[in-house]
Amino acid sequence: MRVLYFAWVKEKAGIAAEDIEPPEGVATVAELIVWLKSRGPEFANAFERAEIIRAAIDQSHVRHDAPIAGAREIAFFPPVTGG
Amino acid sequence: MIRVQQEDFDIGAEIARLKAGRTDIGAIVTFTGTVRDQGGAVTEMTLEHYPAMTEAELSRIEAEARARWPLQASLVVHRYGALKPGDDIVLVATASEHRDAAFDAARFLMDYLKTRAPFWKREDGPHGARWVEAEVRDSGAASRWGLKTHAAE
Repeated sequence: MRVLYFAWVKEKAGIAAEDIEPPEGVATVAELIVWLKSRGPEFANAFERAEIIRAAIDQSHVRHDAPIAGAREIAFFPPVTGG
Repeated sequence: MIRVQQEDFDIGAEIARLKAGRTDIGAIVTFTGTVRDQGGAVTEMTLEHYPAMTEAELSRIEAEARARWPLQASLVVHRYGALKPGDDIVLVATASEHRDAAFDAARFLMDYLKTRAPFWKREDGPHGARWVEAEVRDSGAASRWGLKTHAAE
């Protein structure tokens, strides 16, 4: 699946997009965040305040308990500040 | 109608287009959001967005407004990229037979957009750059309409 990062999540992670294959057992957005954080200090830093980070699956907002099975694109970003 | 664009917009031209060929509209409300310099602290603002999601989310927001109020027309134009103080950021226009629907729907569109449309503002100034933090009052404004802001929960 494709993972996208925006705004300060992207800056802290040091990457805008990547293709990942999370291990079996990573079933929800929250579990994916835990796994992403385990991959290095920049991701641990980007997701340090995981509770405030928003997620979208295939361009729709989801909560952290949403399942990721079948997702093509998962995006992580700070609370939005448009308008 | 939804438009996400880098270039500026002309409010007069947008209203003229919205009204063109119609004689049934009785009220048009517009809201324009612009870049503030905050007393010199902001010299540039950059709006990042999530292109594949932005139009989809704005269309969902517009559809929700049109389901709630008897609108004859609606328009959301949102800019992205590098902007300067005084530049326009966003335009919301709503048209209805009577003013209440147009006023309420315009406010709803802005409140909803501010908590759901995937845009992020970065401000640059003499003291460096910072990402704008979401305001608690924005999710409060959205919750007035019975909207969830999709916090991590």
